Amino acid sequence: MTDHPILEVENLCTTFSRGGTALPAVRDVSFALGKGQVQGLVGESGSGKSVTLRSILGLARHYGEVSGSVRWQGQELTTMSERQLRKIRGREIAMIFQEPMTSLNPLLTVGTQIKETLTAHTDLGRRARRDRAIEMLDHVGIPAAATRLEEYPHQFSGGMRQRVMIAIALAASPKLLLADEPTTALDVTIQAQILDLILKLADEMAMGVVLVTHDLGVVAQTCDTVSVMYAGRVVEQGAVRQVLRTPRHPYTEGLMRSVPQDVPPRTQLYSVPGTPPSLFSLPQGCAFAPRCQAAGPACQTARPTLQDIAPGRQTACFHPLPATQEDAA
Amino acid sequence: MTQTVMKIDDLHLSFPVSRSLLDVVQRKPGKSVNALNGVSLELKHGETLGVVGESGCGKSTLARCIVRLYAPTSGRIHFEDQDIFDAEAKRDRSYNRRVQMMFQDPYSSLNPRMSTGDILAEALRVHQMRPEADIAPRVAELLGLVRLPQDAAEKLPHEFSGGQRQRIAIARALAVEPEVLIADELVSALDVSVQAQVVNLLLELQERLQLTILFVAHDLRLVRHVSNRVAVIYLGRIVEIGDSETLFSAPSHPYSQALLSAAPSLDPDDKGAAIQLEGELPSPLNVPPGCPFHVRCRHVTAQCRTVVPALRTLEGRGEVACHHAEEINQHA
Repeated sequence: MTDHPILEVENLCTTFSRGGTALPAVRDVSFALGKGQVQGLVGESGSGKSVTLRSILGLARHYGEVSGSVRWQGQELTTMSERQLRKIRGREIAMIFQEPMTSLNPLLTVGTQIKETLTAHTDLGRRARRDRAIEMLDHVGIPAAATRLEEYPHQFSGGMRQRVMIAIALAASPKLLLADEPTTALDVTIQAQILDLILKLADEMAMGVVLVTHDLGVVAQTCDTVSVMYAGRVVEQGAVRQVLRTPRHPYTEGLMRSVPQDVPPRTQLYSVPGTPPSLFSLPQGCAFAPRCQAAGPACQTARPTLQDIAPGRQTACFHPLPATQEDAA
Repeated sequence: MTQTVMKIDDLHLSFPVSRSLLDVVQRKPGKSVNALNGVSLELKHGETLGVVGESGCGKSTLARCIVRLYAPTSGRIHFEDQDIFDAEAKRDRSYNRRVQMMFQDPYSSLNPRMSTGDILAEALRVHQMRPEADIAPRVAELLGLVRLPQDAAEKLPHEFSGGQRQRIAIARALAVEPEVLIADELVSALDVSVQAQVVNLLLELQERLQLTILFVAHDLRLVRHVSNRVAVIYLGRIVEIGDSETLFSAPSHPYSQALLSAAPSLDPDDKGAAIQLEGELPSPLNVPPGCPFHVRCRHVTAQCRTVVPALRTLEGRGEVACHHAEEINQHA
């Protein structure tokens, strides 16, 4: 399935500068995505997952410094001019943002906003654009699409607005969808509907998806592969089943165990001690070392790099957790 | 354990919506948002009652009614046999002290211009909990209680992370030695690893101080973890209430079933078991007649469209408001 990855991210680094200090927001993120695959980026707030997503599409370079390589179907995106990028954004690579409440223009009807995308990226005529807009709204499950086309964003609920966002993003049939916490602001029942919709459309249109989320349950239910990020770096990545079943990095394990599932009720939950480090003062060695129970002297001084530990499975830790039989199999 | 601390009786609350000029000219009746449509429940001493539901279902409104931030349109809340909306009770400030609320957003619920020490001291002074000389040591004690460093007293809220701010909020609530805590989405804004720390602290303090907690949240796993009993709210009505473990392992109301199965499982192989709910929560501006859930329910019959089901005890389960609870659960 992945003989020809459509997206290859290699050693992606994004640095912001704040008052003369360099903030390493993203460091050495690498992953590849095949056609129709869903890749998850998971981590806590401030771990750099959204910035990674924005760096891929060249949005972060307006306010930060991006290095490394992002290859989209053989083309290098990081060095591409804004003009060339504009042809790819929306047409080949689309993005949906976290806040359905603020990412639509409140002054334009929903129909205008979908048709705008079509005008920019397709050569459909006026009538055809309208038909396509109705078809897209239908597709994302908005009833009475023809009449709702004339309505404004405030007349839609949160879940419906996120559907509109998806309709806009997918209007030009992109090959890759970058989704930044698409369901975080929504209720669980609506979340299930939206995730199902994204998966169904990805399947139908053979579209790759990079899904940023902080919810491990969402990752488990939707992604094929996952990268766990901590303080701007990937600490563990691999197939979802392996990473979540038998985490090898202590941070991944800590995250999994913090979720109250299958623990006796009203007992003390496992919690990772301490808080994530500030990007202003990252520890010299492994960024997770101050919170890690397995940390040894080496962890304080040297930073572990991402190593292959099994086929398609990498972790950045000097003292990885033991593998189980399932992992070896 | 079985002593009832608070009794909520048929609580209704509707907010009038301002009428447009056109509505006035056309003599249309004024609309109102029906946030609570007859909520009744009891809070027992030392328990944690979880309240779950989708956004807009009225769970925060209920919490705010309990601390008298909103006055209900009708219905009663009794705290130790005293009606809290009684004219006399309103003058009584001790209720404000004994029932404390903690809010969802740690970034807007603390005054950014007051140091942590001032925030805690203010609570102590307002309720005259300690003579002036004892305030500083009590603030230190409170910081210790929620495991914040002692130098936190001089710092301003912006110097703390979200998790630490929620600890300050807990300390502020505990400063006045309350008996009941209302936690409205206390940890929803926090990351999972920090969430666990705050939840652990809350459970430990509850044990130590014999607190009664109303835990409002939308994270079902978390509610299951902390609660003794759970109430599921839909459009301002309780549709199911009962023992936490029973409710979560075998939900009886079709809405509870759908809500619980919608929470994504951590097991990647556990796919496709979810019951898909059609549509969304109807607007509280016009609550559907009959059972509020009937527009999204798979088991809907003619009766559901006209008759509001009452909460009734189901054998071996909790209380359920559904006309067809027996048949639905027979097949399950």
